[in-house]
Amino acid sequence: MKHIVKILTLVVAITALWIGLLQTSIIPRSHTWLLPIYFVVSLGCYGLLMVGVGLMNFPTCPQEALLLQKDIIEAKEYLNQKGVDVSSS
Amino acid sequence: MDGQHKKEKNKYSIIVPTYNERLNIGLIVYLIFKHLQDVDFEIIVVDDGSPDGTQDIVKQLQQVYGEDRILLRPRPRKLGLGTAYIHGMKHATGNFVVIMDADLSHHPKYLPSFIRKQLETGADIVTGTRYVKGGGVHGWNLMRKLTSRGANVLAQTLLWPGVSDLTGSFRLYRKPVLEDIISCCVSKGYVFQMEMIVRASRKGYHIEEVPITFVDRVFGSSKLGGSEIVEYLKGLAYLLVTT
Repeated sequence: MKHIVKILTLVVAITALWIGLLQTSIIPRSHTWLLPIYFVVSLGCYGLLMVGVGLMNFPTCPQEALLLQKDIIEAKEYLNQKGVDVSSS
Repeated sequence: MDGQHKKEKNKYSIIVPTYNERLNIGLIVYLIFKHLQDVDFEIIVVDDGSPDGTQDIVKQLQQVYGEDRILLRPRPRKLGLGTAYIHGMKHATGNFVVIMDADLSHHPKYLPSFIRKQLETGADIVTGTRYVKGGGVHGWNLMRKLTSRGANVLAQTLLWPGVSDLTGSFRLYRKPVLEDIISCCVSKGYVFQMEMIVRASRKGYHIEEVPITFVDRVFGSSKLGGSEIVEYLKGLAYLLVTT
């Protein structure tokens, strides 16, 4: 099954549930009408929250850059000895 | 399991596509040999006709390390990443294929952890991820981090891929698995990496992750402009309807 079909099935199921709520009036209709707006807003909040949390906990590795510089110097020395051209131009 | 015994038979073909990497190719070859000492492997350099003499350096490296360990398989001009992998794979003699960038943003010191993870789990694909504990990125500004996180959240929400880092390209594949998925991938650039892993996930291949760090040395080289973002969104839509 294509992934878009899965997502559409989910959307249809949620819409069906909503229409069901409208029909049966378990909760006041005025509230039910607003549910899709709440849904979209909470989806947006979820996205923003995930991006925010991800940004705050973004893993960085400044020490790796230093280690890499050491590795580069070591590699250049070795390759120079072996007669490999490692000039940067 | 007879992990030790199996290790004897496995051979790893490391495919490194290059374009104007005359300095980096020597460094990466040295580091691969340093970190993979008791492993059977070969390095396949697919050079797309670099004008800076990358191929001359590779020939010098062949003199040092042996022509059976470093294979130079050049192409006449820039022909794209996907076909570079296919081209390299044609000459690969290993039962596993590793794909990594030549610009040293992928450090060869992580290769043993890829191999160990594969032996432990029997995975079809081991993919490097920057977004877990032990992983990380260096050299990105706030804007780059923001787009990266946004793109990731969007893809995770829409595609449910089961992998935390979709656009990374440091990966180990069983050779037949890579042959199988690469033949149905058509995207380019970042989206190509994402398409490969999403298709593999949909086909039910066993995917494992290991943490890697990503050091962006040429500051701003991986800056994402508006056109890249549009390409990314198109790629996302394409994957939604085709996988």
